[in-house]
Amino acid sequence: MDYIKAFVVGGAICVIGQLLMDHTKLTPARVLVSFVTIGAILQGLGIYQTIVDFGGAGATTPLTGFGYSLAKGAMKEVKEAGMLGAFTGGLKAAAGGIAGAVFFGYLMALIFNPRSKK
Amino acid sequence: MAGKRLGKQTLKLSSPPSIISNASIVGPKEGEGPLAQYFDQVLKDDYFEEDSWEKAESKMLKEAVKNAIKKSGRSSTNINFMFAGDLLNQIVSSSFAARELQIPFVGLYGACSTMAESICMGSMLLDGGFGEAVVCATSSHFSSAERQYRFPLEQGVQRPLFSQWTVTGAGAAVLAEAGNGPYITHLTIGKVLDFGVRDANNMGAAMAPAAVDTITAHLNETGRSPEYYDLIITGDLGNVGKAITLDMMQKEGFNIEKVYNDCGSMIFDDKKQDTHAGGSGCGCSAAVLNGYIAKEMKKGNFNRVLFVATGALLSPTTTWQGESIPSIAHAVAIEKTIGEGT
Repeated sequence: MDYIKAFVVGGAICVIGQLLMDHTKLTPARVLVSFVTIGAILQGLGIYQTIVDFGGAGATTPLTGFGYSLAKGAMKEVKEAGMLGAFTGGLKAAAGGIAGAVFFGYLMALIFNPRSKK
Repeated sequence: MAGKRLGKQTLKLSSPPSIISNASIVGPKEGEGPLAQYFDQVLKDDYFEEDSWEKAESKMLKEAVKNAIKKSGRSSTNINFMFAGDLLNQIVSSSFAARELQIPFVGLYGACSTMAESICMGSMLLDGGFGEAVVCATSSHFSSAERQYRFPLEQGVQRPLFSQWTVTGAGAAVLAEAGNGPYITHLTIGKVLDFGVRDANNMGAAMAPAAVDTITAHLNETGRSPEYYDLIITGDLGNVGKAITLDMMQKEGFNIEKVYNDCGSMIFDDKKQDTHAGGSGCGCSAAVLNGYIAKEMKKGNFNRVLFVATGALLSPTTTWQGESIPSIAHAVAIEKTIGEGT
């Protein structure tokens, strides 16, 4: 059942992205940035946690999940370390994802050469 | 001097230069397209034995120039000037090729109108008596253009359906003051027009008004009708721009449907190759002119061709800043015999 929930939630988020790309003039980069921002805002309002509780990785894996981690981390750090936490908490919480992206991106760049689309 | 200018934009060459040889090179995808048989060389790998796409593009241009010169039967020391340009920042494909070729070089930027622009400049130089032979060339590469103008390929961005596919290819033509044709008889230099299209994925629509303006100016100033030509061919408007051009020409009072085509629409089979609205890029019109059109003229299937290469004069920076896309088109009349019509 967890798998189905994750599939539906993750799929729904991607469908929204696809609709935005097909029916608006938004560039892919803008869609990505909006997703991060929307995830952060929704978590700030306390909504995204509910989606994560229901959909699990289906909600945390798409880019909205990254925004969710940033907001969640910032709020947690504010509680523990005061207002400075608003600046430090987000990146602390998302550090694993960011470092992972840099590391694996670098690794792939070492192993593979880019190819033209077919 | 008088008599060479027929109007505001159109020039009539008093001693029409002859196209004495052509050469074309294309990438693997173009080599699977409907015009494959017309190209001199089809690359198996679009790196062309180099380690970057930019180097591969420059090599294509260099090889096209060398091949055209070889076919002309001249040595490169007998080629007085090279007119070339391309899409990359600071036209590096052309200048890096010229570094190897050591032919006196005039670098041009006309975006995808470069094939016509270089022929215009080369023809005027020959008609003016400043040389005996020149080479005109241009190139583009899907992957070098994509990362400069749109997104890094590694990002895997989806392309909208009206977008076009930058052709990997290069073309070169050697023009000489004496020869047996086909001849460059008339040139129509375009104006920069802007109809406010802002989407860098929709360049066919942006460039169509420029093509229409130049074709109309050419027909009006030469007094020719569209039927005078066996073929009026635009550079890289693609399917969207082609339809707009036909429509707009009709409004100008010219029905060109029977003789009109577009290099971008012809070079790919959009249904089989998933290229969406057709081909684009300097190499698109260059490969079609120096491959398909040159060979069909030689066979006698076309005797009079109006080649109208179209260019979108945007830069990545102007796109990011939300500017619209100014466009240009230059027309070159190519005829197997001279002295007919006007």
